[in-house]
Amino acid sequence: MSIEYRTIQKISGPLIFVEGVSGVGYNELVEIRDPEGNLRRGRVLEINRNIAVVEVFEGTTGLSITSSTVRFLGKPLTIPLSTEMLGRVFNGLGEPIDGGPPPFTEEYRDVNGLPMNPYARDYPTKFIQTGISAIDGMNTLVRGQKLPIFSGSGLPHNLLATQIARQATIVGEEEGFAVIFVAMGIKHDEAEFFKKSFEESGVLKNSALFLNLADDPPVERLVAPRCALTLAEYLAFEQDMHILVILTDMTNYAEALREISAAREEVPSRKGYPGYMYSDFASIYERAGRIKGRKGSITQMPILTMPNDDITHPIPDLTGYITEGQIVLDRDLHRRGIYPPINVLPSLSRLMKDGIGKGKTREDHGPVSNQLYAAYARAQELRMLSTIIGEEGLTDRDRLYLKFGELFERRFINQGVNENRSLETTLDIAWDLLSIFPESELTRIPDYIIRKYYKRK
Amino acid sequence: MRIGKIIRISGPVVQAEGALGFEMHELVMVGNEELIGEVVRIEGDIITVQVYEDTVGLKVGEPVKGSGMPLSVELGPGLIQNIFDGIQRPLTIIREVTGDFVRRGVKTTALPRDKKWHFIPLKKVGDYVKPGEIIGKVQETPLVEHRILVPPNREGKIEYIVEEGDYTIEETIAKLSLNNTKYELKMYHKWPVRKPRPYLERLEPTEPLITGQRIIDTLFPVAKGGAVCIPGGFGTGKTVTSHQLAAWSDAHIIIYIGCGERGNEMTEVLINFPEWKDPRTGRPLMERTILIANTSNMPVAAREACIYTGVTIAEYFRDMGYDVAVMADSTSRWAEALREIAGRLEEMPAEEGYPPYLASRLGEFYERAGRVKTLSGLYGSVTLIGAVSPPGGDFSEPVTVHTKRFVRAFWALDTALASMRHYPAINWLISYSEYVDYVEKWWNEKTHGNWKNLRLKALEILKREDELKEIIRLVGIESLPETEKLVLETARLLREGFLQQNAYDPIDTYSSPEKQYKLLYAILEFHNIALKAISKGIPVSKIISLKSISELARARMNIPNEKAYEIDNILKRIENEINSIMEESS
Ligand SMILES: Nc1ncnc2c1ncn2[C@@H]1O[C@H](COP(=O)(O)OP(=O)(O)O)[C@@H](O)[C@H]1O
Ligand SMILES: [Mg+2]
Repeated sequence: MSIEYRTIQKISGPLIFVEGVSGVGYNELVEIRDPEGNLRRGRVLEINRNIAVVEVFEGTTGLSITSSTVRFLGKPLTIPLSTEMLGRVFNGLGEPIDGGPPPFTEEYRDVNGLPMNPYARDYPTKFIQTGISAIDGMNTLVRGQKLPIFSGSGLPHNLLATQIARQATIVGEEEGFAVIFVAMGIKHDEAEFFKKSFEESGVLKNSALFLNLADDPPVERLVAPRCALTLAEYLAFEQDMHILVILTDMTNYAEALREISAAREEVPSRKGYPGYMYSDFASIYERAGRIKGRKGSITQMPILTMPNDDITHPIPDLTGYITEGQIVLDRDLHRRGIYPPINVLPSLSRLMKDGIGKGKTREDHGPVSNQLYAAYARAQELRMLSTIIGEEGLTDRDRLYLKFGELFERRFINQGVNENRSLETTLDIAWDLLSIFPESELTRIPDYIIRKYYKRK
Repeated sequence: MRIGKIIRISGPVVQAEGALGFEMHELVMVGNEELIGEVVRIEGDIITVQVYEDTVGLKVGEPVKGSGMPLSVELGPGLIQNIFDGIQRPLTIIREVTGDFVRRGVKTTALPRDKKWHFIPLKKVGDYVKPGEIIGKVQETPLVEHRILVPPNREGKIEYIVEEGDYTIEETIAKLSLNNTKYELKMYHKWPVRKPRPYLERLEPTEPLITGQRIIDTLFPVAKGGAVCIPGGFGTGKTVTSHQLAAWSDAHIIIYIGCGERGNEMTEVLINFPEWKDPRTGRPLMERTILIANTSNMPVAAREACIYTGVTIAEYFRDMGYDVAVMADSTSRWAEALREIAGRLEEMPAEEGYPPYLASRLGEFYERAGRVKTLSGLYGSVTLIGAVSPPGGDFSEPVTVHTKRFVRAFWALDTALASMRHYPAINWLISYSEYVDYVEKWWNEKTHGNWKNLRLKALEILKREDELKEIIRLVGIESLPETEKLVLETARLLREGFLQQNAYDPIDTYSSPEKQYKLLYAILEFHNIALKAISKGIPVSKIISLKSISELARARMNIPNEKAYEIDNILKRIENEINSIMEESS
């Protein structure tokens, strides 16, 4: 039995400072008994001589210096792991909250995980068809990728995420597929929406939900994704399953991180967020991927709401620096009734190139996507210009681009919430739109592909 | 043995007291598990150590032991084709020991001890060898002859040298004597990573590093021995550009440092480079490549070290008389690691939380680039290409601003261009290279003295396009005179047919200098021919709808390097077609 300390010296935000400790390990798990006798958990953030700084997952509300006690457990936070965790609901610390028993297993693992050896990684190359043209055609998702949705408050990111979870398939393959859903500080009805949608599409029995909702302790948000990813790694790399992890909302996660940092009085970097937020995010996002010689995979789809729709805000910015692209939702498209309101210009899938092309999707996939980008970017530029000088100031060729822009949004981007387009359909729509241009405009497409697919209208 | 006792642990930073006699930058063993660390501060009997492995579970009271040596790298055969972590442990061996996930505490040497190399001596008994001299060679890979150097701090008369044959790096291959002291030489030696290796003389750069990337080689060239920075927000192309340079640059040795970036990007190189062929030799690119990987989820302190590990290995190959190119993606992660360590030490921050010595550290790093006369009298160079990841893509942040002071070429990646899928998204209006004058002679010799003028002409047209765009915003395009409309069209051809280069197109990915020149020449010559036609009253709209023009725009993808002469044929067709419109109208 380890020593019980009654030496809390200071409580500050979510932190407690315990004095006179010895033999305490960095990052180890801590148990705190509050004045009511309830146990809370936390972890050691720093040890300075005989003082340990502890972050309390459930928060410090109600703790007192005189009547709370602390024990150090000598090991990091672990969670039990088993395939029976699918179909279950847990809190942010990985404890069941659906009334069922704790999973029966011998297998416990440190939630912090370990970095995957870059030499052991296998490169993701398998195209996941989501049935959504803006993604499949121009920002292709592949198995093992981490591709976030950058959204804004009030935009339909939840709808899009569930449509993807429902429709995602590898054409011609039926394999163990499961969804792990992590809620961080989102509202009850949002969590309910996901649950219901998983239920309707039959994914629920093959999913595990880790819920930390808006009224749950913020610090627990820092642990929830780590618990979930520990389960994901177990299912993917030991049980050969393909796991899609949806993490929402990373903005709330970052806020919790900032709170801890402020309580520690650390030197902040941008907008008060700690300088190590990049590494911290990476310790979550880099847990996506594949491993040589193992069958399963972890695909991550984090969702974040950009404060003030600002993509340069540290949360989307640092995320974009780590993830393998981003799907960006746009308020203006949303207002104009386009669903999904994906603005393809700032969106990107970095792994697209290896998932598409001859033998994988279609030989024209890459060049068509490039050409759509070029034409739509030109259309957007001309739209701006024509609001200043009027359409009369434009050339015939320019007007063709304006027309293309309109069609592209209405016919290519826009689709139904339940519309599941095959890649063929997506590319066919694309050629249909590109054919309004004379061949000389299609400078992104090599000759042999033009000859095969281009039909001038 | 000198031992201190841990008194404080904060992430990767550990402090120990009672630690007398430790040296700055000494390699130390931290805790009962003997994690690897380096002394970064000494105050009285308290040392501060940055630990290169995860510190979870480390306790106050555990020991910190000195090694008596600074943090060093091993230099000898076995470096090429390897992938190392930030402190030069082979990731292949770490995988053998701890499996697919990296665990701490792996003790291994950097170079294989059991492998035999075929050593050919180049000196004989009785010869006097100076520091840095070549005493023998090993064909390490078909692409690289590894020249075995006398360590820079050794010299003497050869008392003994082995015969040609197969030896491991631990075997003595020669014995030197100097004033009655004897030294045994092996095929490898160690060198501290934070200490630049000595050379005889610094030289001006003279030759371009040909990268096969048109906008770089033609508009903003880098010289062998130069220092460049590639700043850009996320998704603008820093990594793809760095990979392209690693693949196609005409350096002898490539050192690619993945510093705090994605694991998959290292995997990508590991998968592609053994397959891709060097355009000059036809051999797999991996045979000249060394990878250093400290990905964003690996210990943050090792991120600070990995840059030095890489550049020290680069200097070692330079000292053999080679041209070495180093890509560091991203130096911002290195700077952030500095910041994180400084923050945990509660040092007084300067701008945006960075420590005040950020600029001097950057300066020291880029100063390790250069073309030199080596200790053995050969010519070698280290070219440093550093990616910078400015928060929010804002180039006024400290790392970009300070880096700019120490590099002489600046390839500014632009988010707007990237979102249009104009790749490489190098903004031609704000990028620059101070190496143009150095490499001009090289290029002019290959292009009938034309290079410099073509380059200036291209930049002028692009600049004019930018000004015209402003004017169009006021008055619309139709009111421009035909000659200005032509400028817009030529600029468009330049952008789409020359500056854009698709890294994933098998033909476009690498452009030989000849193809670059011919493309540029053809586009600018089109401009001249079209000007004549305009003066005869032919409207621009009629000229640009010619079939041969769109052929020229797509030539970068359609015409392989070996058939660069076909670009001349396109130009002829353009000339003929324009001539025939002129005849029709007259
Ligand atoms: N030269 C290029 N050719 C084709 N695509 C490119 C090129 N440069 C960049 N890209 C595209 O841009 C994406 C982002 O580039 P990357 O180098 O990963 O950006 P960064 O490192 O700046 O975040 C790539 O995944 C690729 O799709
Ligand atoms: Mg990058």
